[in-house]
Amino acid sequence: MYGNDFSAPSGPPNGAPDEVTGGLLGEVEAAEAELRAAAARGRRGGPTPDEDLAAYFAEVVDAEQKIEPRDWMPDAYRRTLIRQIAQHAHSEIIGMQPEGNWISRAPSLKRKAILLAKVQDEAGHGLYLYAAAETLGISRDELVQLLLDGRQKYSSIFNYPTVSWADVGAIGWLVDGAAIVNQVPLCRCSYGPYARAMIRVCKEESFHQRQGYEILHTLAHGTPEQHAMAQDAVDRWWYPSLAMFGPPDGNSTHSAQSMAWKIKRFSNDDLRQRFVDMCVQQAEILGVRIPDAELRWNDERQAYDYTQPDYDELMRVISGDGPCNRERMAHRRAAHADGQWVREAAAAYAAKRAGQKETVAA
Amino acid sequence: MRARRGLSHTHVGSLHAPDAELALRNARDLYTRRQEGVSIWVVPAGAITASSPDEKDAFFDPAADKVYRHPTFYEVPDGVAHL
Repeated sequence: MYGNDFSAPSGPPNGAPDEVTGGLLGEVEAAEAELRAAAARGRRGGPTPDEDLAAYFAEVVDAEQKIEPRDWMPDAYRRTLIRQIAQHAHSEIIGMQPEGNWISRAPSLKRKAILLAKVQDEAGHGLYLYAAAETLGISRDELVQLLLDGRQKYSSIFNYPTVSWADVGAIGWLVDGAAIVNQVPLCRCSYGPYARAMIRVCKEESFHQRQGYEILHTLAHGTPEQHAMAQDAVDRWWYPSLAMFGPPDGNSTHSAQSMAWKIKRFSNDDLRQRFVDMCVQQAEILGVRIPDAELRWNDERQAYDYTQPDYDELMRVISGDGPCNRERMAHRRAAHADGQWVREAAAAYAAKRAGQKETVAA
Repeated sequence: MRARRGLSHTHVGSLHAPDAELALRNARDLYTRRQEGVSIWVVPAGAITASSPDEKDAFFDPAADKVYRHPTFYEVPDGVAHL
């Protein structure tokens, strides 16, 4: 199944949601097994002294082996990875805000504890990814500064507001669902530290998606008001979630080279289609309607036809003009500035303790 | 990280901390949210001396031509037990 494990469902998928998620988790497991198998196969030693480094790099990538931090790599490969991993890390960090908004107002202690754990996971994912980016020769401080200066982006989805509790459910089901579809292929990325971080992230993400689905399911099977709340959240989050896969293939600037380098495995449109095909049946069980009158099974394509998201809106939001861009960045800058004294105090305490140890030793 | 009693420590990842004590706490928060371990070691990255993958051949060459270090190198006559 290697390199070709993305097949269209044969007929409308009819597994339970658990099985669909299980399929993706299965792919994560497969990616992990493949990573170990590739390592076990081994590769011939480093390039010979007169060998072309680029040719050696290409050979390693073509053989589905991982590139590791101290290997030679093309500058553009390194830059692409730094940009992508950093943007991914920033997204996890900024992504804590929309949901964090509901921690203090979660409807029960159980929901509150779960949401806290989920938001803590997002922080953890950000840290795994910052550590992966740092292996490429950029420092954590630089990465944080690039975000604060607005010179690196985060996912546009987090610039939408969470106006009701149902939004926490919709984020888990749709936003985390889309993220998983996007991220599972990254478990097989050619850059070792990124692939390993993504395996860890994806395993944890599936809890996020299921908790969101459960929230929506509970609401959708509650009072008419609660059902309306769930439907309203799905109405608002559906198209922004579809836009998470990026512009259509024709307009995607980085795709072809990233595919050749095996950083990216599938095109934006292929992943978006896969997400739509998964969601249709999950929505039926939820008892909510996907807000797309054109959504229907296409027997010829063995996939659902659907309405594309508004890519002009996506571009506006990416360029800073979404509903919450300013709020998100202002909050992040304030949080960073407010944490300054903690970082200074920890460093001062560490220095004091180091000084004491030297005195004792002397 | 030692995943369970009886297993050896294996590397799980990197993090930032001002000192060893906080590194332990940060490692607990970052890498054991799902009971992944029962023991953690932290080491400053600067204290690690690494062999580069690029030196793989030269560095590990001496072990490559000594197949006789493996028991499977030796032919055992039929019928020999307990060997």
